[in-house]
Parts: sequence; C-alpha cells; structure tokens
Amino acid sequence: MATDIEGIKSVTLETIYDTPEGKLIQSCIQCGTCAGACPHGEYMDYPPRRIIKMLQHGLIEKVFETDSMLKCVNCYACMVKCPREIHLTEVILQLVKEQTIIRLPAVPPELQKALENNYRYGNPMGESGRKRANWVTTSSVPVRILSQNPEPVDVLWFVESYPSYHPRGQDTCRALAKILNALEIDFAILGNEEKSAGECGMLSYESGLAEALVDYNMSVFAKYKFNKMITTDPHALDAFNYRYKLYDFGYEAQHAILFIMQYHDRLKPLLKKTLGYSVTYHDSCCLGRHNKFYDEPRQLLQLIPGIKLVEMVHNRLNSICCGGGGGGMWLDTYFKSQNMERLSDIRVKEAIETGADILAVACPYEIPRFEDALKVAGYDKKIAVKDIVELVSESMED
Amino acid sequence: MNFIVFLKMVPDVIEELKIAGDGKSLDSDWLRMKLNECDEHAVEEAIILKEKTGGKVTVIALDAMELDDALFSALAKGADKAVKITGNLQNIHSPAVAEIYAKYLKDNCLIDNKTLILSGSQAIDDIEGEMIYFLAELLNLPVYGVVTSVSYNSDKNDLTIMKEFSGGIRGEFEVEIPSVLGIQAAENPPRYIPIAKIRAIMKTSTIEEIEIPEDGLTEKIAIDKLFESEVSGRAEMLEGSPEEISAKLIEIFTVKGII
Repeated sequence: MATDIEGIKSVTLETIYDTPEGKLIQSCIQCGTCAGACPHGEYMDYPPRRIIKMLQHGLIEKVFETDSMLKCVNCYACMVKCPREIHLTEVILQLVKEQTIIRLPAVPPELQKALENNYRYGNPMGESGRKRANWVTTSSVPVRILSQNPEPVDVLWFVESYPSYHPRGQDTCRALAKILNALEIDFAILGNEEKSAGECGMLSYESGLAEALVDYNMSVFAKYKFNKMITTDPHALDAFNYRYKLYDFGYEAQHAILFIMQYHDRLKPLLKKTLGYSVTYHDSCCLGRHNKFYDEPRQLLQLIPGIKLVEMVHNRLNSICCGGGGGGMWLDTYFKSQNMERLSDIRVKEAIETGADILAVACPYEIPRFEDALKVAGYDKKIAVKDIVELVSESMED
Repeated sequence: MNFIVFLKMVPDVIEELKIAGDGKSLDSDWLRMKLNECDEHAVEEAIILKEKTGGKVTVIALDAMELDDALFSALAKGADKAVKITGNLQNIHSPAVAEIYAKYLKDNCLIDNKTLILSGSQAIDDIEGEMIYFLAELLNLPVYGVVTSVSYNSDKNDLTIMKEFSGGIRGEFEVEIPSVLGIQAAENPPRYIPIAKIRAIMKTSTIEEIEIPEDGLTEKIAIDKLFESEVSGRAEMLEGSPEEISAKLIEIFTVKGII
C-alpha cells in the first residue's frame, strides 16, 4: 500500500480526481470501516466515510465548516483497515485538514501557539533554539555536535524537539547516546542547528510551516557529510521518509530501534543486568501501522535479560493511538471542551489490565502523554513508562 | 476609516538576556526581537475594526532585528500597508519615539475625522505605556490607554471604548475621532495565519522604507545602568505535620502583625 509520493506532491482537493488517488476514492464502497476504526469517529460530524461521500458529491466545503478534521489524530487506523486501500491518512484527510485549519474561525490557542513556536523557534514548546543541545552536557558519554566538529560522520542522529527539551525525552537521549557509544558507532547530532522536522506541521495540517522547516533542515543537512540518519521519533522518521523525499532528501531514515537491532549480536553481551520486569509494549501509530515495524521493538525488548513481554488487548495493527498525532499533542484542552475522552487515558487502562510493571514505548510523545494518563488513573507509582532504549541502557549497567 | 497602528519590537525573553559591556544596554549577540504582545492585539483590533467598518490599516514601526517578519505577518493578517522607519535609531526611548512618529504622521498622513491611531498599551520595556501619551500630546489628540474593547458608532462617527483601571474597575467612554488608543486586548486573540500565506506575502508584498534622521529629537530619558534583579531574601519552607505547620504559620502571621 505504498503511496506514490511524487504523485501526490501537488495534489489539491480540486485536482485529486485527475490522479490515481482520485480513482481509488471513487472506488469507495461506503462500508464505514474507516469511521468505525477511527478512535475519535464518534465525535466527528464528518468521519472519514462521510468525508469521502461529501467529496464525491462536491460538498466538501461543508466539511471545512466543522471541526471534524481537527479531531483526526493521524493514527492510520482508517487507512490500514480500508478494503479499497484508499490513502486516507496520507493524502485525503491531510488535504481536508489543511483547509480546516485555514478556514477555522479560530485555531485552538494551544495548537496555534505550537505551530507559531515551531515556525519561530523550531520547536513546538517555544524553547530557545540555543538550548536545544543542552542535554549533551548531562550525557555520560561524548556526543559530537557537527557545527563544532564538521568532519564527515557515519550516522547522523536527528534528535527532534521532545527528546531535546522534555526532561523525560532527554532521558531517552542519554540512553541512546550510551548505547551508540557502547556499540562503537561513529555518530553525531546537529545540535542547536537542528529544528523540528515538521511532521506535525504537515499532519496538523500546515503545509507552509512544513515547507519552511523542510527548507531549513535541508539547508543544514547540505553542510555536512553523513551516510545514514537515525531518530528516536517515528514522526520525524515519517517526515524524512515520506515528505523530505519530495524535496530531494537522499537518505532512508531509520528508527533508532531498527538501527540498534542490526547490531544485536554485538549488543547482547553488553546487556548484563537482569531487569526482572513484566513489560507491555505500545505500538506507536507511525512506527507500527504506518511502517509496519511491529516485531523489531519486541525483539529488542526480548534481548534484555529478565524481561517478560505481555500484550495489551489492542496491539500491533489494532493498537490504540496515544492521541498525540496530527496536532493532538496540543489539542487536549480543546478535546476536553468537546467532552471527548483522552485516548491516552483509554490506552493506559489497557496497560494497567495487563498487570505489567513497565509500559514500553518507542515514540517521544508517548512518555509525557502516558505518564500524565497514569497519574489521572492513580497508577503512576505502579507502572513506569519507559522508552525501549531506556530499558536497553538500564540493562547495560553493571 | 484609516487605522494607523504603531508597532514596536521588544527583546524576546525566551532567550537569555545578557547585559552588554557598557552596562546600559542588552548584548545584541544574544538578543532576538519579537513584536510586543500588546501591539499584536493592536494590529488584531485594527483589522477587526476594518472588517466591520471598512477602511485601511497601516502598520508602522522603527527598524529593528526581525521587524520584517512582524510586518509581513501583519500584512498577511489583513493590514494594507507596512512602513519601516530607518535611521540611526539606537538607544532612543518613548519620548523620542513619539517625536519620530509624530513627524512621520505630519509628513505623510492626513489626520482627519476618519483616522484612528492605535498602539499597544504597554511593552516589557515601557510598562507605563508612555509612548501613546507623548504622541497624543504632540498631535494634540485625545488619548486612552489600557483599552479592552472598541466599537464604532457610524451615526455619530465616534467610538465607544472600555478602559481598564486598577482594582478591577472599568470605564466606558465615548471617544471622538481622531484619537489615540493604547490597546490592552483585542476583541479576539490575535488570529492564526497559515505560514504558507505569510511566505506568499513575503514574495508579493513590499515594506515601504522611510528614513527619519535622529537629529533634533529632544530625548528626555537616558539609561544610567542596567542590572539584574537583586536577591533580597529567600522563601522559608515550613516542615512538620499539618498541625505543626499551621501553628508556625499563625506564629509568623502574629509576629508580622497580619493577624
């Protein structure tokens, strides 16, 4: 179901029927699987099925008058279930979303601030760009910053905003630095030159913001020589592998977990400490449903001595979104005002039911979202949320 | 109606501010500038009024780092004209800024009964919001600061405004036109403009540049010294059981004469 990315670059809702994508949309049988699969479908005036119907009848303008697409969290649940393989999340919903954002009488303030911050500061939280690499000073191993040492490097690690600034995201950074160092990987980061990859800009959907960030980051990449790019953020991964390629990005970015798994023979002897945790793994939407990396994170967890893996009711293809995608990270207050239950609250209930000690994740949005949700549920002392690389790093301690 | 909005760039406090070697100014190496928040509201209010009554919005500012971004953003929101005043404009403060604006207005704009002048009611480096009062004095116009609502009465060609006072008191005024308003908050929060639109405006619009020489300004303010806030004392944390803490609190309040 790979999308012809070149083909969709200039597609608009007016021209969509001139593309193969348009033929797919015309083939919709209105089965409603998408609306049923959508975690926010019941709250939308126009869930995906109705959006397609409105588009077919030339009534799409009516959809823009509602906030339906603001409620889309880009979780790919509708897209992977569609029997006609229509690229709902990748193409049509994004186009509708962009028009929704442009025509809304008022963009919810938290989302507006995040988008404006991303444009001005290169991160959604509005932190100073000069502090992006501050976490490096707390790393137990050296982390090379390319602007200070621009020699060619094998692996460029794109850190991204939440790992750079969020205190728990920085834990993930320190853990990954330790692992890469132990595996003797030649790696470096962009440091303060890096700005948000812009995936949430694109999927929020704000194509102008996305382009501004793509243009900027591409100009920084052009300054340095590197062979591979890795990231711990599945959203950045998607930005590079699906969008930056439209702008001649010549690499296949790799998620850090898949990168580490390539070295599992070298890694295994380093994992000396038995952890003795019962762990449940949450498949993130981008890494799981969108890129189908279901096995690799579980295989990495099982390399760690003493880890017992238990599954939540919804797992792999059926995993429930944390609610952070598609701008949802900055719409919690808005969703609450619409009396919508937070998806992260729903998801942690499933984690609690497994009886696991650890809720393992592989996406930087999920740590703050699930930690908050566990506090709401009163389980924050009973279950810890950990990025998989944090667990790997913990097992490397003596 | 002709809406003229004066904007000001202020230091962005997201960045750490450092005092320069002269001890009187901020180190420009560390400085990023952004549009003063109240001025953003002034732009928004002007555009809302224009949408209701028709007319033209002109935004005007003294040259500063990152000013172009702020002016293009105002154009993208609906302003019709953007003017950048250049010249040797280092280290000038509200009285001189008002003189420059007054000079610009006298040379370039007709101030008639269809002209409304707006600006933010204060800024982080002008907490008293003096600029509008100096400007109104020079133009001999009525002035109202800390304005939180403006509506136009077409039958009388005047305005009804709400002005905030301290202590939670608000006053409603009928205001003649022309006049000068210092906007505290617009009717709606400043709107979101898709970045694509700002980028398009940057390619298609121009900012008018006008040089106004600094000479002849009667600067009435000079900064002697800039320094970081001094620590006067630290908070004391009370420890113990709730009963012990409340007993200590009562003791402290009694000693201080609060109860």
